[in-house]
Amino acid sequence: MNRDLSLLIGILVSLFAVLLLWIVYITLSAETGPRLATLALEQLPESGVSHPVTAVLLNYRAYDTLLELAVLLAALLGIWSLGPAPAGFQLAGPALAVMARWIVPLAILTGGYLLWVGGHAPGGAFQAGALLGSAGVILRLAGHPRAGLPSEEAQRWLVVAGVGVFVLIGLLLAALGYGFLTYPKAGAKWLILLIETAATLAIGATLAAAYVGGRPLGAAPPSTPTPTEDARA
Amino acid sequence: MSPAFLYGGAGILLFALGLWSFLVHEPLLRKLIGFNIMGSGVFHLFIAIAHRGDGLPPDPVPHALVLTGIVVAVSATALALALNSRLEAADANASASAHQTHGRGADEHADDAKRRRWPTR
Repeated sequence: MNRDLSLLIGILVSLFAVLLLWIVYITLSAETGPRLATLALEQLPESGVSHPVTAVLLNYRAYDTLLELAVLLAALLGIWSLGPAPAGFQLAGPALAVMARWIVPLAILTGGYLLWVGGHAPGGAFQAGALLGSAGVILRLAGHPRAGLPSEEAQRWLVVAGVGVFVLIGLLLAALGYGFLTYPKAGAKWLILLIETAATLAIGATLAAAYVGGRPLGAAPPSTPTPTEDARA
Repeated sequence: MSPAFLYGGAGILLFALGLWSFLVHEPLLRKLIGFNIMGSGVFHLFIAIAHRGDGLPPDPVPHALVLTGIVVAVSATALALALNSRLEAADANASASAHQTHGRGADEHADDAKRRRWPTR
């Protein structure tokens, strides 16, 4: 791309940014009309959790979260369909190995804490899952070829656990006459915690598996060597 | 000039920088980085919009959207990176095999492939 064109694009993008800034400025300085926040905070005692963000994620907008988990799953399926994972890195040096030995259990422990605390303070399935995923990334960097994940079959169960439990609970509630993902007030807390636990495991496993970057190593189905595999070898 | 506008404005600047980088740079990896910066700008703006004035708790809805958005952005980036690395492997492989069969002409082919991916400026 030549210089003049990138300059022109730069000018156009700057003008667009100025327009956006102006829109945001008049939006923020205008009187705020009715907002969802009022409704969300009003209904909080009915939601089964006492932290508004968790209530939005797992109760008011549970459909949204269910579909986000489906997006995660779809992205991982895309990565797996591209072929087997490249070989892992070499084994870690002593310093990295010791660090991994300390950090990974701490990350898992903190993930469990975040999952529990999400009911009444900042935390929840996505943060806990991200921590589990980062524990997997550290393990992979430290030379574990599967990033600490179990066998391929177990991985498949783990990554569908989030969507699976979510949908099963939704269908069960619908069958009991509450409506899809409409929690009864008495059991809402435990249903949300159950969904969040499954979602945490699924998010963590999905992120770690995505970092591995291909179908799990090990018991892969027999495949004929394709040109791309030759190139990597 | 409210703090919310300052934060939101920073988000828009990030968005514009990412958009420019996405449009101008040819290598896929740089486009991907630009795209991620655009996303960060949007998250920034959402967090700023959640501010409802001093003393009031922030609006939880944009916070929840950003939270899921971050994880989805990370996974989409992972998919794009995996596609990019397969594409590069396939490209390298194609130019290598062309080299074996055609001799001189293949060099030009490999050069073409290289120029497509890493344009010299």
